[in-house]
Amino acid sequence: MSEPLPLPDTASEPARAASSRWANRARYAVFWGAPPALWQAAFFLVPLCFLIAMTFWSVRNFRLAPDSTLANWTFILTAGFFRNAYVYTFWLSALTALIASLAAFPAAYTLAYKVSPATRRLMIFMLVVPFFTSYPVRIYSTQIFFSPQGIINTVLVPLGLGPLQVLNTPTGTVVGYLVLTLPLVVLLQTFALSNVPRILIEAAHNLGCGRFRTIWQVIIPSARIGLIVAGTFAFVLAFGDYVAPTYLGGSKPPTLSILIADQVKSGNNWPRASVVAATMILTLMMVMLVMIALAYGRRKGRG
Amino acid sequence: MAALRRILLIAYTALLFAFIFAPIVSTIVFSFNADRFPSLPWGGFSLQWYAAIFNDATIQRGLVNSLIVAGVTCVIATFLGFSAAYIDYRYRFLGKSVYLALAALPPTVPVVILGVALLTFEGRIGLSGTLTGIIVGHVVLSTPFAMALVRMRLADLDPDIERAAWNLGATPWATMFGVIVPFCLPAIFAAIFLTAAVSFDEFMIAWFVSGVNETLPVRVLAMLQGQVSPRINAIGAIVFAVSITLIVFAQVLLGSIAGRAARRKG
Repeated sequence: MSEPLPLPDTASEPARAASSRWANRARYAVFWGAPPALWQAAFFLVPLCFLIAMTFWSVRNFRLAPDSTLANWTFILTAGFFRNAYVYTFWLSALTALIASLAAFPAAYTLAYKVSPATRRLMIFMLVVPFFTSYPVRIYSTQIFFSPQGIINTVLVPLGLGPLQVLNTPTGTVVGYLVLTLPLVVLLQTFALSNVPRILIEAAHNLGCGRFRTIWQVIIPSARIGLIVAGTFAFVLAFGDYVAPTYLGGSKPPTLSILIADQVKSGNNWPRASVVAATMILTLMMVMLVMIALAYGRRKGRG
Repeated sequence: MAALRRILLIAYTALLFAFIFAPIVSTIVFSFNADRFPSLPWGGFSLQWYAAIFNDATIQRGLVNSLIVAGVTCVIATFLGFSAAYIDYRYRFLGKSVYLALAALPPTVPVVILGVALLTFEGRIGLSGTLTGIIVGHVVLSTPFAMALVRMRLADLDPDIERAAWNLGATPWATMFGVIVPFCLPAIFAAIFLTAAVSFDEFMIAWFVSGVNETLPVRVLAMLQGQVSPRINAIGAIVFAVSITLIVFAQVLLGSIAGRAARRKG
């Protein structure tokens, strides 16, 4: 602790005062330090541990019973529907992270380098809004856009380009994932690009490096950490999302989050749902570790 | 050539923003549309969908539940977030990184998993199906946002000021309420607004835990399962209005902080 030094004490009276002051300061530190730790331990850490413990429980006559069986794990891990859902969810989330990263980059580039600081502040301000704005309603609205009589098809069909079938397809799910992830990816990429030292870019230009080569060899390597973080967030958000695959993807095929919701809401098999949740947690931890290694790992002999 | 490239880039960015904001704008526009199905052309101005939701008891109850949950959540989460940020600012101790991770990690766990975990756990301690159960989960999820906002503010306060006050004989409590809290006030209010918005829009934890005590987003989720209903647009417009107001308040408060910091540096 970086406590301020107590005033020098010479007699026993001040020493007692100092020790009571020390007790006061300890009480003070505990008063501020304990509540957040206790709350997050009790309602975040313990429930997650409980979830892991429950993967070993059994269900008898529709009742949960504490147990130490591996039956739930073997059932889920060998089930074809789980493997399909796992591969499907992983693949779609990875695709979303890729599309979102690519689609966001020109916009982030524009916001970081091509507009005035005031405009940039306003745009960043705007991009924060969707992240905290009812996602299910935005998905409902997207559903309306792509519905057979919706706005997009009213425009496309007379042009001979439609009708576009997006709802209840994997494309629909990805569109929904993009609604969820794009604002955040643009935001994080804009921060990443804004932090690239301008002097590096100017130096590249002065040395005759073309625009695309500057992006590829100067900007992207310098902003690598931020760009990878943005893509990772897109993956994590998409991987856990329930709304887009349900209402735009039509639940077919189901994603892992849909499996969990089904097992809990209708199947009432909480231990199996917990196994699915545990595999999701493990997967996300692995993905984050790999991404951290990519972001902070060796720099390809540059530098 | 450079000008053309700039125009193309700006046009692309505008298009991307259109994709991001079209769902929000169209919800608001079609909430006033007289036609049952939201399509072009526009069917005329009408408030009938607003009238319909104001006469729907389940929606009213959902709104009241959401306001209660958000109102309580934002106070607790802001207190916890402030405390955690202050601890990070003020003290160094063994296991601090674990402490901070515990406080900050919840938003990185998918809400579907937090929802199941809280449902199974709260079922054991008799909280599932209650508004308290939802509040507990929302506090877990939104505390890190409050913590981040306050920590950002505290980064601009010289730690020596507090040390000096302590050494001059001010009690830690007097320093806290005379120096730290007043300095953090804009961030504290921003945190209250932001955590209220997080709670007001959260649907997954609430969906798992709420039971019969539905919040508004849970009601919306239930309505999505049914037919296309323009009433969802009307609810959506109200929900957007509430959360956008909260976010704008939070950002204006933070903007004043950031502006001052930038001026000081520049």
